[in-house]
Amino acid sequence: MSQKVLLSSKEIHIILHRLACQLIENHLDFKNTVLIGIQPRGVFLAERLSKILKEDYKVKDVALGYLDITFYRDDFRRGEKPLEANKTNINFLVEDKKVVFIDDVLYTGRSIRAALTAIQSFGRPSEIELLTLIDRRFSRHLPIQPDYRGRQVDAINQEKVKVLWEENDGEDVVYLVNN
Amino acid sequence: MSELSVDHLLGIKYLKEEDIQLIFETADHFKEVINRPIKKVPSLRDITIANMFFENSTRTKLSFELAEKRLSADVVNFSASQSSVAKGETLIDTVNNILSMKVDMVVMRHPNPGAGVFLSRHVNASIVNAGDGTHEHPTQALLDSYSIRERLGDVAGKNVVIVGDILHSRVALSNIFALKLQGANVKVCGPKTLIPKYITSLGVEVETNLRAALEWCDVANMLRVQNERMDISYFPTTREYTQQFGVNKKILDSLDKEITIMHPGPINRGVEITSDVADSKQAIILNQVENGVAVRMAVIYLLASKIKQ
Repeated sequence: MSQKVLLSSKEIHIILHRLACQLIENHLDFKNTVLIGIQPRGVFLAERLSKILKEDYKVKDVALGYLDITFYRDDFRRGEKPLEANKTNINFLVEDKKVVFIDDVLYTGRSIRAALTAIQSFGRPSEIELLTLIDRRFSRHLPIQPDYRGRQVDAINQEKVKVLWEENDGEDVVYLVNN
Repeated sequence: MSELSVDHLLGIKYLKEEDIQLIFETADHFKEVINRPIKKVPSLRDITIANMFFENSTRTKLSFELAEKRLSADVVNFSASQSSVAKGETLIDTVNNILSMKVDMVVMRHPNPGAGVFLSRHVNASIVNAGDGTHEHPTQALLDSYSIRERLGDVAGKNVVIVGDILHSRVALSNIFALKLQGANVKVCGPKTLIPKYITSLGVEVETNLRAALEWCDVANMLRVQNERMDISYFPTTREYTQQFGVNKKILDSLDKEITIMHPGPINRGVEITSDVADSKQAIILNQVENGVAVRMAVIYLLASKIKQ
């Protein structure tokens, strides 16, 4: 197994600020916008962005929720391992809101497909956008593309993209792992 | 642990402590789901479940059916009174006929103890016991423990007394297994005629004085007197039973702590508990009913995830 650094802590820092600015460009004061972190790994990115928006760009109020997609996945009973659920925490209605899905890596697009179904249980959003830190292009199974992307990566299927966060893993870094 | 150690839910007796914790953690997620504006997930789209009730039930049947529908399973219902059982068909034949219509899971209530175990050995489907005679009622015990955990934070170390007709109660037996497995202290309380002789071999204590039992406990689970299962008289009159083993507001207020009151339903108001107790803040009877759907969703989801494609 070998791994190489795709993004260093400094690069992640710059990219997060750029993504925050792009969000502000489209959503201004976030009055009608909600950020939804996709469980489990999208939550760290969503929390980080919401913090940057509040602290560095003085956006007053950013609604942030977590969405677990386990019960909406299309591979129930198909994998080796059983699916483990995580906590969903959305204490607002998304009816007529602009929703931004936030996830760390966009790969096949199946998680986002599940998230699109799952979010409907909380109302009918006026629109849904997608933000991902890493976009693995050429590996999509479904016609899903991000609206905001941190870095585009050409990775082959055996390779894995690993995103680590300081608050959970001790450092901010993105690896490309080759098995 | 992310998988149950069993392929069927036949009784608490066959579960491990980790199974119970996994069911509770999964039920937490489903409890959140059933409180959403849209209370349904598509997980079990390709699973068909037969609810086979050879004995009357409203609450349990409704709760199972709701749980199955909230998981998007296809559901067929069967009740013995309108079936070929009345024409003399055997249990295995009845179930196999239903299974040949491609059913993946059977939820069964049956008047004979062990009916679920028997079925699991002879038919190729996941079996959930929804009550087998006076033997076990595992999902009721799970939702009772889940409700205690929700109200008191934990089941381990809590003092729980089960009051009433222990002899005929599958709820009592499943509860004893579940509570002991999770490290709770359990006493049973009721007329001596309604307490089985060997109950202490399960690690529970017998208390015949209701007041002493209530003073000791954190939770009192009040059972219904099952007149329909009684072949002989076990106590002189209902009035005498109520005087000795009925819980009323007066006795609760005279305790120096606020205990939690549970009841698996259906309540005989004025017999085992009075109306003011059943409707008080101390009673979590309706929470039990709500949790029943979440816990049954968890059980069905976890069992279904073990059914091979």
